[in-house]
Amino acid sequence: MSTIIDLLKSLLSLSLGDFIRRTFGTSPGIELLIDIGGVVILSTFCLLIVIFLIWLERKLIARMQDRIGPNRVGGRYGALQTVADVVKLLSKEIIHPSGADWISYNAAPILTVIAALLVWAVMPFAPGVIGVDLNIGVFYVMAISSASVMVLLLAGWGSNNKYALLGAFRAVAQMVSYEVPMILALLVPVILARTMSTDGIIAAQSIPFLLFAPVSALIFYISSLAETGRTPFDLLEAESEIVAGFHIEYGGMKFGMFFLAEFVNTLFWSGMFATLYLGGYRFFGLENWVSADGYPYGRMIGLIVFFIKTFSVYFVYVWIRGTLPRVRVDQILNYNWKFLVPLSLVLIFFVALIDKLIPAGTGPAARMSIHLALNLLLAFLTLEVLRRRGRQFRESLSGGDGPGGREALFPDDDHGHGSDAHEAPAHDDHGDMPLGSREPIAVPIH
Amino acid sequence: MSQQIVFFILAAITLTSAIAVVALRNLFHAALALMASFLGVAGIYILLEAGFLGMAQLLVYIGAISILIIFAVMMTRRMMQTRETPFNSQVVAALIGTLLSFAVLVVVIGQLYPLVPGTDTMLGSAPAVDPAIIENSTARMGLSFVSADGYVLPFEAASVLLLAALVGSIIIAWPRSGEEENL
Amino acid sequence: MIPLSWYLLLSAALFSVGLFGVLARRNAIAILMGVELMLNAVNINLIAFWRYLTPDRSVGMVWATFVLTVAAAEAAVGLALIISIYRNRDSVNVEELDTLKN
Repeated sequence: MSTIIDLLKSLLSLSLGDFIRRTFGTSPGIELLIDIGGVVILSTFCLLIVIFLIWLERKLIARMQDRIGPNRVGGRYGALQTVADVVKLLSKEIIHPSGADWISYNAAPILTVIAALLVWAVMPFAPGVIGVDLNIGVFYVMAISSASVMVLLLAGWGSNNKYALLGAFRAVAQMVSYEVPMILALLVPVILARTMSTDGIIAAQSIPFLLFAPVSALIFYISSLAETGRTPFDLLEAESEIVAGFHIEYGGMKFGMFFLAEFVNTLFWSGMFATLYLGGYRFFGLENWVSADGYPYGRMIGLIVFFIKTFSVYFVYVWIRGTLPRVRVDQILNYNWKFLVPLSLVLIFFVALIDKLIPAGTGPAARMSIHLALNLLLAFLTLEVLRRRGRQFRESLSGGDGPGGREALFPDDDHGHGSDAHEAPAHDDHGDMPLGSREPIAVPIH
Repeated sequence: MSQQIVFFILAAITLTSAIAVVALRNLFHAALALMASFLGVAGIYILLEAGFLGMAQLLVYIGAISILIIFAVMMTRRMMQTRETPFNSQVVAALIGTLLSFAVLVVVIGQLYPLVPGTDTMLGSAPAVDPAIIENSTARMGLSFVSADGYVLPFEAASVLLLAALVGSIIIAWPRSGEEENL
Repeated sequence: MIPLSWYLLLSAALFSVGLFGVLARRNAIAILMGVELMLNAVNINLIAFWRYLTPDRSVGMVWATFVLTVAAAEAAVGLALIISIYRNRDSVNVEELDTLKN
């Protein structure tokens, strides 16, 4: 009886490992069992929460578009709609496109899911509830998500389909590009916390880093949108242009795996944003509360706080999807290389400089104010530069050869293309060129 | 014991996929095998308690170099359809030379270091060090990159090298006028 | 309980495989892959020596990082060269690239 109460209390305080150690003693075998159990629980949670995430996203998008959304399967709110979809996907015939590369085609969905799950190892859910507190946690996340780009090439090439290959090329170009500002933005919390461990970054946030570094948070958020391929950067699966991108040839559960990985990734980056900039599970010290009989109930509070923060960030992802249209592929890359990367480079330089100049004994509030002032100044200067560029552009429009042409839409093109824009003026003058010929990324299809 | 099992698994992954890299006719498959080999090497780094370099290996080799190689393979795609042998005319000589050099290396290593595991002989197993030393190795490496008595000059040289490589490769690969349609 | 020599043997084997790739392959990209394998072998050596001989100093890891940097630069320039050659000569077969002019 006392064991059952112990178990319930341990469950409630998220310290099941301690319960097992108390009951069965400590030995290497038990420790291994606890580790494996933790892995199983974590990955099962990630896979199952997708069912909820898809339902949530469909409901939210529907409300934003003045619809009701799923409302038949599983009661008024369509709660079981996703389950029905999963059953449908599972029961579909497994199709193998002719000419497909067997290894790449079949390995890609599995590797996608593996990569999407691997990054969760360093996600701190509550004090002490973390897969493994690596001292290079943030670097680990970037390494895994960078390596997982390979999978898209596998899928695109293995499918033996032009559209899949085009989609994979677009996706890889986009993800490799947006990794740069993402890593640079991630460096700001690392500099502020002086550690790369995710748990250590939370411990350093007596004031959330969002107030220290709003510009870095914004850059990180935009890059994570591109990294997960969500609207407005969902070019990799632009249905109207390249039908579905790299996973066009996938059906049934193989498609489901890509879909699942996308949602797991989105939730992961929401959680990462909450961890790095919103203080993660921190809630006025309550998360460290240990009751008189030694159960760390604070962990449950920490977990709830973490999920509230994570889902708030996730809601903004959905909100953006419901609001913004898709941008063109050259716009995506230009925005990254000509705006985000320079801005984050300047930001990282000044943050490091200012943080070094602040004397060691300064309290967190004073330190925060200095950093916030720097960020606001930087944001103001950036907006001022953008405003001037915008005005120049508008003046060139009214005085130039009129809107409508490619020049008018895209004044930067001359710089981007260099000399070849002048050699081929026909390319610029006709607005009736097919859309595909405007893409700057030339893809060889023989 | 468990470490030895992990080592053998990683070594097997690394070596078999490395052999696949040099032997496979389809270059795309060779590039995939190269990735697997890099992954195995990253595992070896982690086994050697150099986690930072393992992650750097993932980031640089798999996230960047493999992708570059695969892009290059796709851009020169006609070469993959070839039915002839992937090797050139000096393959036999290359094989003999490689085996000879490997034999020499094995003999030299066997002469210098004990081949069987053991704690008593020097280097029969990894020396036990304070966990804090391993834990702080990344921080120490970062500091030695920027300290004047460390490696600040090589570090700057490496930065310049990377910049030069960036500019150089863009200039080399830039399509000259009238060549775009051949792409 | 892994002796240092095992890492060195693995590194030697990887180096030899890479060397064979460089010497025997026909395709320039495949040769580049062989070079990358050889650089990886060098890095295994550096890190193994760091862990076994000087774990309290950072010299091994520093040089491994430099090898990584050089590998990245080499891959970028090498592949750009290969693409450029392919554009001019319509081939990346190193046996056909034997003229110094045009």
